[in-house]
Amino acid sequence: MAQHKVNYLQEGGLPVALTTVDKLVQWGRSNSLWALTYGLACCAIEMMASGASRYDFDRFGTIFRASPRQADVMVVAGTLTKKHAEFIRRLYDQMAEPKWVISMGSCANTGGMFNTYATVQGCDRVIPVDIYLPGCAPRPETLQYAVMMLQKKIRRESAFQKLKPKRLV
Amino acid sequence: MRRYVNRKNVQAKSYHTDRFHQRPQTPKFDPASDEVFAKDLKSLESKFEIKDAYIEVNQLVVIIDPKDNVAVLTHLRDKCDYTFLSEMSAIDYLAEDGEFEIFYQLLAMKKRKRMRVKCRIKEKQAIETIYDVYKSSDWAEREMYDMFGVIVNNHPYMKRILMPEDWEGHPLLKTYPLQGDEAAQWYEIDKIFGKEYRDVVGPEERDTKRIDPKDTKHFARIGHEVPYGAKPVSKPDEVYEDFQEEDGVFLITRFTKKNQKILNERK
Repeated sequence: MAQHKVNYLQEGGLPVALTTVDKLVQWGRSNSLWALTYGLACCAIEMMASGASRYDFDRFGTIFRASPRQADVMVVAGTLTKKHAEFIRRLYDQMAEPKWVISMGSCANTGGMFNTYATVQGCDRVIPVDIYLPGCAPRPETLQYAVMMLQKKIRRESAFQKLKPKRLV
Repeated sequence: MRRYVNRKNVQAKSYHTDRFHQRPQTPKFDPASDEVFAKDLKSLESKFEIKDAYIEVNQLVVIIDPKDNVAVLTHLRDKCDYTFLSEMSAIDYLAEDGEFEIFYQLLAMKKRKRMRVKCRIKEKQAIETIYDVYKSSDWAEREMYDMFGVIVNNHPYMKRILMPEDWEGHPLLKTYPLQGDEAAQWYEIDKIFGKEYRDVVGPEERDTKRIDPKDTKHFARIGHEVPYGAKPVSKPDEVYEDFQEEDGVFLITRFTKKNQKILNERK
């Protein structure tokens, strides 16, 4: 004996939201991007500043981890030398899928002012890069913007992608 | 009238040719003009062969035979109070004389004096280590070997210090190209992926001004918004710039000019 008829589809009815699995998974992923502490040069100072309380990366869900196995994002902050190139590849391979790379600053993007024999001319020669962040060194706000752009990029991606072939060094 | 000089691209050159240019030279004085240095030099001359000696910028410079380097430095340390080796390295004079100049920069804390011991060796000639005299020469000699290829005899750990161990060539030689020889330019590719991967990655892009809207694998242009290696977007000039999703995010309302309120008085 129903006293009232309830229209569940109307406003104030049952709290139902419809979405896709892709959106839900990637929403979760994009809001907990754990970054690898990977400071190579002066950009690392700006990266540390973004992680500290004034700029506060934690509100984006970005927490710096000291192990590649717990990290989702590699922020290549600084000059990549040729001696170090094999280690960046090894650390990248050790990160669990899905993983993303932000190339931070001119040196990591193109070699920057170090047009010399000992500097890798852009870290994209060694690892695939998702976001290039220009600047020398980029301010913490710009690194935050790069993380926001990466979040946006992740939300557009599909949740279940083919794994890229690994090439262990 | 002045001779015509093409000034185009003059900033890109690391040198300039000026026929009136004279290298600045610091004046050199007789060692006898300084009492302390004269005494040191006298005690050196009594035991070793001194090729030349002068005072330059308040420092005594002594040029010796490379075979005597350990004995001379031991004498300077024990008898003349030069207890501190602040720097040592080599200078490449291969083009002029086919020789390296090795210098040892010394400091006497007691006397507040600095002096420099120099010697010249041929290109393939080795020099004896001074590790037993000054411990600080350990890394300096390794760096000298790394950068110039000067071999140091009896050094406890004669290996490269800055460059990787499988590096080819010695970078501070004047004949070494600034952007590296072939082995240097392909170093990271050869080491990580193997030589057959050279064609896939391609040569190094040394022109930082280069813009290529079709390249989505490298730092070619700012504003492309496609995944790594995918086809570029149809409108390459469209700059992608906004801060949030267009339809807003959960619990956050977008601030527009319509919503704004202007207060005439302070509350």
